[in-house]
Amino acid sequence: MKGQGTSMTATAIPETLPQAARPNVRRQRFPFGKVAAWIFMSLAVLLTLFPFYWMLRTALSNTRSLASHSSSLLPADFTFGAFERVFGLATKADAIAEGGSGASVNFWLYLKSSLIVATTTTVGQVFFCSLAAYAFARLSWPGRDKLFFAFITALMVPPIFTMLPNFILIKNLGLLNTYAGIVLPTLLMTPFSVFFLRQFFLGIPKEIEEAAMIDGAGRFRVFFTIIVPMSSAPIATLSMLTYIAAWNDYFWPLLVGKAESVRVLTVALGVFRSQTPQGSPDWAGLMAATLIAALPILVLYAVIGRRIINSIGFTGIK
Amino acid sequence: MTTTPAPARVRGRTRPTPGTATRPKSRRARNDLKAALIFVLPATIGFAVFYVWPALRGIYYSFTDFSVLSPETWVGTANYQALLKDDLVWNALKVTLEYVVINIGAQTVLALTIAVLMHRFTKSMAVRGALLLPYLVANVVVALTWFWMMDYQIGIVNQMLEWVGIDRVAFFGDSAWAIPTIAMVNVWRHVGYTALLIFAGLQTIPDQLYEAASLDGSGEVRSFFKITIPLLRPVLAMVLVITVTGSFQLFDTVAVTTAGGPINATRVIYYYIYDLAFTRFQFGYASAISVVLFAILAAVAFAQIKLLRAGESDLS
Repeated sequence: MKGQGTSMTATAIPETLPQAARPNVRRQRFPFGKVAAWIFMSLAVLLTLFPFYWMLRTALSNTRSLASHSSSLLPADFTFGAFERVFGLATKADAIAEGGSGASVNFWLYLKSSLIVATTTTVGQVFFCSLAAYAFARLSWPGRDKLFFAFITALMVPPIFTMLPNFILIKNLGLLNTYAGIVLPTLLMTPFSVFFLRQFFLGIPKEIEEAAMIDGAGRFRVFFTIIVPMSSAPIATLSMLTYIAAWNDYFWPLLVGKAESVRVLTVALGVFRSQTPQGSPDWAGLMAATLIAALPILVLYAVIGRRIINSIGFTGIK
Repeated sequence: MTTTPAPARVRGRTRPTPGTATRPKSRRARNDLKAALIFVLPATIGFAVFYVWPALRGIYYSFTDFSVLSPETWVGTANYQALLKDDLVWNALKVTLEYVVINIGAQTVLALTIAVLMHRFTKSMAVRGALLLPYLVANVVVALTWFWMMDYQIGIVNQMLEWVGIDRVAFFGDSAWAIPTIAMVNVWRHVGYTALLIFAGLQTIPDQLYEAASLDGSGEVRSFFKITIPLLRPVLAMVLVITVTGSFQLFDTVAVTTAGGPINATRVIYYYIYDLAFTRFQFGYASAISVVLFAILAAVAFAQIKLLRAGESDLS
C-alpha cells in the first residue's frame, strides 16, 4: 500500500503554493496524483463508515431472512424485532420466530450498569487526578519529583500484570460482582490522567495564583476558584477520554463483574454472542445490541467530536 | 493545543529555585506541604493499593503454586522453568508476534499514507472525524461487527468476494487466516487514530521547507523522503512505541470471536494468561508468564526508543 500511496502523489504539483502564485510556471498536466489521492481518501472514508451502516442494516433485519437476502444491501425483511428482543420487549415466541434465542436479555439493565460504571469512574478519576496533578505541578514539597516519576513508571506496566493480583484483592475484599469492585482500581487515579492534567497546570502563569494568595486565598481556594475554571477545556477533554475508555472496557469487568446485576454492555455482548440457539447466532439481535452499546459514544462524539479530534496529538497514549 | 511536549521529554524539569529564604516564603512552603499532602493523598492511595501492591504481589505469585481456592505455596522458580518447556507459551509468543507484525506493519503504512494525504490535500474536519470513528467504539463491538460481516456463509465480505469471482474464505475459522483477519480488523479500528497522531506531527513541520524544496525542483516523493520522514522521526517513534505496546495486549477481539481457536491459532499471550488464571486456576503460573510479558514489552519499548532515537529531533 505504501508504494501505491507514494506513487499516487508522484505527479502532483506541490500544493503549498496557492494557484495564483505560480501562473504558467509549468503547463499543468492532468493531475493523476491528485485524482488518485482523492480516490484513496474516499475509499478510506467509505471503508471506515460501511461497517456502521452494516450494523444498522442488520439490526433492522429479520435474522431468519438474512441468509436468503445475503446479497441485498437493504435490511432483510425490515423489522424492529431485533431491538424489541434485546430490550426484553418481545415475547419468547416472537423472538424465536425472528431467529432470537428466546433467552431473556435485558439491555436496559446492562445500559444502566455501563452508565453507572462509566460515570462514577470518570467523576472520581478526574477529580482526584486533578488534585494530584496540581500538587505535582504547582506545590513544592519533599519527594514530589520522585513520586511523580513513580506514577509515570506505572504507565509502562502492561495492565494484565496488575490485573491478576487486583482480582485477588477485590475477591478478598468481598467485592466481586459489585459496582465498587469494577470501579475501584481506576476511581482514584490512572497515571495517564495525572500526567495529562499536570501538563496543563504547568502552563498556567504563576502570577495569577500569587496575586490571589497575596489577597489571602489559601491553596484550596486558589485551586477551586482559579485553576479549575481556567483548565475547564483540558478537564473536559480528559473527562471524555476517561468516559469512553471506561465505557469500552471489557477485560476488567469480565473478570470481576460477570453477574447479571452489574453486567456492563461489553460483557453482555460477549455473553449474547455465545448464545447460539439454532446453530447460528441471532445476528440481527447481536447487531442491535452492538448499536446500543456504541450509540451513547456516537452521540457524545456527534456533539463534541471536534474537541476529541483536536485533543489528539498531545495525548498520544490513550 | 498541540504544542505540549511529548511524554519523553517531561522528566528533566527543574525545581523552582529556593531563592532568598525570607520568612513568608518558608511559611508558604510549610503550608504548601500540608496542602500537597491532602491534594495528593487520594491518588497516592489508589496508586499504592491498585498499582504498586499488585505489582509486588504479581511478582510474588509468580514464585508460587496458587489455585485461588486455596492459599499459595512457595515453589521457587518452578513456574519459570515450566514455562520454558511449555509449547503453548512458545506458540502464544509466536502467534502474538505474527499478529503484532501484521497489525503494526499494515497500520503504520496505511496511517502514514492517510496522514500525508490529509496534510497535503485536505484538512477537512469531517474526514478526520469519520476516520476517528472506529477508534471510539469498543473493541468488542468492532470485533462482533466484523465477525458478522466476515461470516463464511452469509457475511457481506464473502458475498462481495463472490461477486468479483473469488472463493469464499473462512476468515475466523481457518487457522491460516485467523490471525491476519484479527490483525486487519484491529487495523480498521486504529488506523484513523494513528493517522491523526501522525497528522498532528506533520503539522509541526514548517510549510516553508516544502515551498523551498519545490522551488528547488523537488517533487512530492522526494520531499516526502527527504523532508517528511526525517522530521517526523520522533513522532513516528513515539507512535510506534505506543502502538506496538498496545498491539501486544490483544485480548478483547480474540475473546469474543475465536476464543483462541481454531485449535491454538489465535491463542495469543494475553488470552493464554487469562485462560490459565481463570479457567484452569493456575494463578501462579499465569503470573510468571505475565512477568515475562512485562519484561519483553519493556525490552521492546527500550529497543525502539534507542533505535529510533525518539528523544532527539532533527528540526532545529
